[in-house]
Amino acid sequence: MSALLEVQGLEVGFPGPRGKPRLALRGVDLTLGRGERLGIVGESGAGKSMLGFAILNLLPPPGLVVGGAIRFDGANLLRLRGRAMRAIRGKRISMIFQDPMATLNPVMTVGAQMVETLAAHERIGARAARKRAIDMLAAVQVPNPDKRFDAYPHQLSGGLRQRAVIAIALLTEPEIVIADEPTTALDVTIQAEIMALLLRLCRERQVGLILITHDLGVVAEVTERLMILYAGRVVEAGPTRALIDRPRHPYSAGLLAALPARANPGEALHQIPGSMPGVGDLPEGCAFRPRCERAYARCYIEVPDLGPDETDPVRNHACYLPLKDGP
Amino acid sequence: MTITVDLSPPEAAAPKIGGPLVEVAGLTRRFTLPSHFLARSKPVLHALNGVDLTINRGEAFCVVGESGCGKTTLGRIIMGLLTPSGGKISFDGTQINKLSESKRKPFRARMQMVFQNPYASLNPRRTVIETLAEPVRALCPEMTAEQRRNRVQTVMAATGCDPAWLPRLPHEFSGGQRQRIAIARALVTEPDFVVADEPVSALDVSIQAQILNLMTELRRVRGLTYLFITHDLGVVRHFGDRVAVMYLGQVMELAPVAEIFARPRHPYTQLLLDSIPQISGGTFDKPRPPSEPPNPLRKPTGCPFAPRCSHATPQCRAERPQLLPAGDAHVACHAVEGGRID
Repeated sequence: MSALLEVQGLEVGFPGPRGKPRLALRGVDLTLGRGERLGIVGESGAGKSMLGFAILNLLPPPGLVVGGAIRFDGANLLRLRGRAMRAIRGKRISMIFQDPMATLNPVMTVGAQMVETLAAHERIGARAARKRAIDMLAAVQVPNPDKRFDAYPHQLSGGLRQRAVIAIALLTEPEIVIADEPTTALDVTIQAEIMALLLRLCRERQVGLILITHDLGVVAEVTERLMILYAGRVVEAGPTRALIDRPRHPYSAGLLAALPARANPGEALHQIPGSMPGVGDLPEGCAFRPRCERAYARCYIEVPDLGPDETDPVRNHACYLPLKDGP
Repeated sequence: MTITVDLSPPEAAAPKIGGPLVEVAGLTRRFTLPSHFLARSKPVLHALNGVDLTINRGEAFCVVGESGCGKTTLGRIIMGLLTPSGGKISFDGTQINKLSESKRKPFRARMQMVFQNPYASLNPRRTVIETLAEPVRALCPEMTAEQRRNRVQTVMAATGCDPAWLPRLPHEFSGGQRQRIAIARALVTEPDFVVADEPVSALDVSIQAQILNLMTELRRVRGLTYLFITHDLGVVRHFGDRVAVMYLGQVMELAPVAEIFARPRHPYTQLLLDSIPQISGGTFDKPRPPSEPPNPLRKPTGCPFAPRCSHATPQCRAERPQLLPAGDAHVACHAVEGGRID
């Protein structure tokens, strides 16, 4: 199976002092097959949102892609501009953001926004567009879809708004949906409803999903493969289950061990000392080294590349002294 | 630079639980909202609707619930940052909600608060030393400048703050460091009781663990009593002794933490537990139809959860269930009361 989306050596930079760019992403590789669900996990500032924005050429200025390639179905997305990019963005790759109220236009009805999306990407008559939109609202289980079609975003609850956003994202039958923290603004019971819906629709419609989140529980539930970002680099990637059960990189292991839900009540949580460095003040060698209890001389000098695991070649990690299976 | 806090083995971590420290009885709070320009009356939001709680000395008491359930209002009323519409609050045997400001002041030193967002809760123009000395100056006026300095240094050390931070401003610190400073500020008056409103929600997982460990350690060393307000049941399970589950201004279930997780009785508690994404997977595989969102403007008749509850009967919609003992828990549910849910 050839990859539908392939990112190679992506570097995203922001202008820094003396004209030297500060790299928010350094050498990020990513592949996504048709209908595959990939999770991207990292702490705030790790660069996970930048990755989503870069794929769709939506980097907030003055951010720029300064290196690497992004190929989607044979086309290099970094070369596409204007009409050619719009034929992909919002049509074949769509995006779901964190806050539905900021995504939806408050002065347009939900239905008008759906029809507008369809009209922008297809030649479709008003009546057919309306029908497609209402069918889609029904598919995301919005109650009374023909009435909600005429509702303004503020008339819907947070959960229904995010359902409407998902409906808009899936309306053009995209091949990939990039969802950036889609349920972070929602309560836990509503999060469960929305994620169950998104998971089911992606499975039924064979839509590829890139789920960007800080929540390891959510990616464990939804994704097949997982990438862990730290300070702009991928530190570990592999099948979700294997990575969570047997992390290789000390950072992934530390994150998993720090989860309160996994600790015994009353016992101290595992803590990673210190905090993630900003992109402007990375240490020499491995960026995680100052917080790593396994670091040795080499980690101070060289930056480890993301390479295949010795025992399991479908997994990758960027560590000179990875953890092994077993206790 | 790394800061580590000495973490003692778990057997030393069992704090002594004493008699009641904070008692809340029949607490209500209504907010009158601005009206629509055509409406005759102003809408009223019932943020708290008859809450009774007792928090014991040395206990980590958690309040969990979704947005709009009244958990933050509860914390603020206990702290005296909001006045209740009805009901009473006692601290160490004294009713404090009707006290004059001067009589209340000694209690303010004994009750302190940590807020969710350390980017908003620290004054950006004040250095760490100013932030930490201010509560002592205001609430412990008998202390000399020398004593104040000593107090600040002791608390800094106990919370893992570097003394070099003292002359610096909040913008120089990371979120985790700021939350340490906010905790230090809360402890500088040597309180018995700390209300922590979502103290780790704004922090990344690795930092969250540092702060939770610090709060656990402070409790063990200083015998603190916590009211820990959160939406995160994983944190409750790790941190709390007892937990109150709130929904639309009412306590639905109150139980020891282990009991809630082993045997959730209220349908809402069950829904909450059933919604937590699991590292082992399986939560999102069940289809979930959209639920009716809680409406805090609705008149508080009957059970507030009834519109979302599969066990609801006409009785649930008409008559408000009382918080009654059920096994080791207290549950406000007609179905539990009537034995329809065991």
